[in-house]
Amino acid sequence: MPPIVDPLLVTALLLNFLLLGSSRLRSLIRWIAWQGVVLGVLLAVAHGDHPGPRTLALAAVAVAMKAGLVPWLLYRTTRQDALRREVEPLLSFVSTLLLGGVGTGIALAFGSTLPMLPEHTTVLLVPAALATVFTGFLLMTTRRKAITQVIGYLTLENGVFLFGLTLSEAMPAMVEIALLLDLVAAIFVMGITVNHIYRTFSSADTTALSALRD
Amino acid sequence: MPHLATVVLLPLALALVALATPSNRLRPLLVPAAGVGHATLTGLLLWGAPQAAEGAWLGLDPLGRLVLGQVSLLFLISALYAPGYLALRPDRDNRPCVSMCLVFVAMMSLAILSRHIGLMWIGVEASTLSTASLIYFNRNARSIEATWKYLLIGSVGVSLALLGSFFLAYAGLSAGLETTLFYQDLLDLAPQLSRPWLRVALVLLFLGYGTKMGLAPMHAWKPDAYGEAPGVVGALLAGGLTSTAFLAVLRFAQLGLAAHEEALVRPLFLASGLLSMGVAAVFMVGQADFKRLLAYSSVEHMGLLVIGVGLGGGGTFAALYHMLTNAFTKGALFLSAANLHRAYGSKQVSDVRGALVRAPASGAIFLLGFFAITGAPPFGPFMSELALLSAALSGGRVLLTGAVLLLLFVVFLGMGRAVLSMALGPAPEATARDVQADSFATVAPAALLLLLSLALGLWLPAPVLDALRDATAQVEGRP
Repeated sequence: MPPIVDPLLVTALLLNFLLLGSSRLRSLIRWIAWQGVVLGVLLAVAHGDHPGPRTLALAAVAVAMKAGLVPWLLYRTTRQDALRREVEPLLSFVSTLLLGGVGTGIALAFGSTLPMLPEHTTVLLVPAALATVFTGFLLMTTRRKAITQVIGYLTLENGVFLFGLTLSEAMPAMVEIALLLDLVAAIFVMGITVNHIYRTFSSADTTALSALRD
Repeated sequence: MPHLATVVLLPLALALVALATPSNRLRPLLVPAAGVGHATLTGLLLWGAPQAAEGAWLGLDPLGRLVLGQVSLLFLISALYAPGYLALRPDRDNRPCVSMCLVFVAMMSLAILSRHIGLMWIGVEASTLSTASLIYFNRNARSIEATWKYLLIGSVGVSLALLGSFFLAYAGLSAGLETTLFYQDLLDLAPQLSRPWLRVALVLLFLGYGTKMGLAPMHAWKPDAYGEAPGVVGALLAGGLTSTAFLAVLRFAQLGLAAHEEALVRPLFLASGLLSMGVAAVFMVGQADFKRLLAYSSVEHMGLLVIGVGLGGGGTFAALYHMLTNAFTKGALFLSAANLHRAYGSKQVSDVRGALVRAPASGAIFLLGFFAITGAPPFGPFMSELALLSAALSGGRVLLTGAVLLLLFVVFLGMGRAVLSMALGPAPEATARDVQADSFATVAPAALLLLLSLALGLWLPAPVLDALRDATAQVEGRP
């Protein structure tokens, strides 16, 4: 992979920490959109200096969905809750950042134990993918609002997508586009559900969702 | 013979018709229409030879034939129930419910027919999304909570499965092979795949698709979703979606076995299966809500399925047999439970008394369904559980057999206490709210499913037996 890949992966990793440290929904959505841009650029440059039209088209679709359509859907949803735009963590920002750091460290250590192909060994690809998946889990479990859980899911998907970069030659364009569409559909359905949660509980604090238990 | 894609396209086309149909009264009739169409096409496909052409996106191998047949039959009978149920709820706009139900069936069929693991993933993920609006049918605070948990846990699960699918492809790439996500190619290359990648991939895929099956500890969505969804949706989830997810789990078990990873696959399946049965047993004793009771029973039986595969050989045969008997028995239980729910206006065990008097047909089906699912002869689950236990014993697994028997007994006691107190005794005075008693439209499908469960216990027709044997041979890698 070309040398430009490493700085891009580091950027994606840094965005993980920005996501964990954001205290406002707007900035959370902004950072997840930027991570989408980084992923799209990675997709375009990962396989040499002269990407073909197919790769470029896929990268454009990825950016349009991950940095355009999905953040827009999320942004629309936040407007419902006009007064409360804070992230409302269950665990403090400092603790989640520390946990994120530990998770990234473990991802780096574990990623280096897996045998990589020579063309992938110099890059941080697997650690970055695993750390991003972990960040997604952290966001989903330590934030109260339903919308932040959706953003956590999106981060998790970004991590899976990062790993998918190693396979973009194996994956037919149809499947990749279908995967992206599925993601958009998931965010769409989740967005509708979040709206219904707002309407039912007049907030989207998921701690209100605790009537069902044994 | 019809084209394979027709079983996906027909329900999709009818879903579009449902979206375009203005009448709330006529729209539900599309569900049985899709059921009959889907079952007819499936019957024609099963009549023909197995097809799994090289490099084709869709195919029908022995395992796929078994699951497609089961899902299609269950959908047909559940679909007959749907119009009768929706007619009782004229206040609700059934457009989202009907159209998404048809999309759900299309996506399950797509997942079953896929020969490409990326396409299969898309089918499973899309079936998760389409069922969200079915679980939210009642549009209240409880159902939105159940929908949210179902969506989040299910989506995280299938994301892990996607990561696992990518790892699997990289296992091929890393071993210097051609990169591919076609299932047959991966299967052919299985012994040469890079070990570390393959092992991590197998665990992730099991976790991911196991979440969709509802195996412990990823089962948390199940009681909520089954508890709040309409009974007919519960029947489709507990016998359709779980069987589809089990098919995915089986496909990767087959791959793991073909790659000589028995030492990873079998213990993983046994441990997860026992944990699921244990968790289910704990929550079934003293369970106050009878729909949640059925959900935990589903967790228990998913545990039995993977235990069977964990045993291998005759155990895999028993697991596939149990997949059929469990699906039909659970269907009968969910449909009759829905009728009781309506007859009493409550799904609390303590509110339901004398069901055999108030709603004799549904009460009797519920009671017999309980005996069937807990393994009473001569119903199907008795025979499949017997096959499973004898496979365990003949493999010398005495401790495991003992543990499974003990858990089955605990479940019998826990479920029995609730079901008997619901069925027997005098019925309370009927209030104005709970008026709908049994009707032919809501009882006949449940009775039919119970009859199927009984028939599978009394007699395995030769085509079914052959299908089970072929599918077992496929998983165990002995063509």
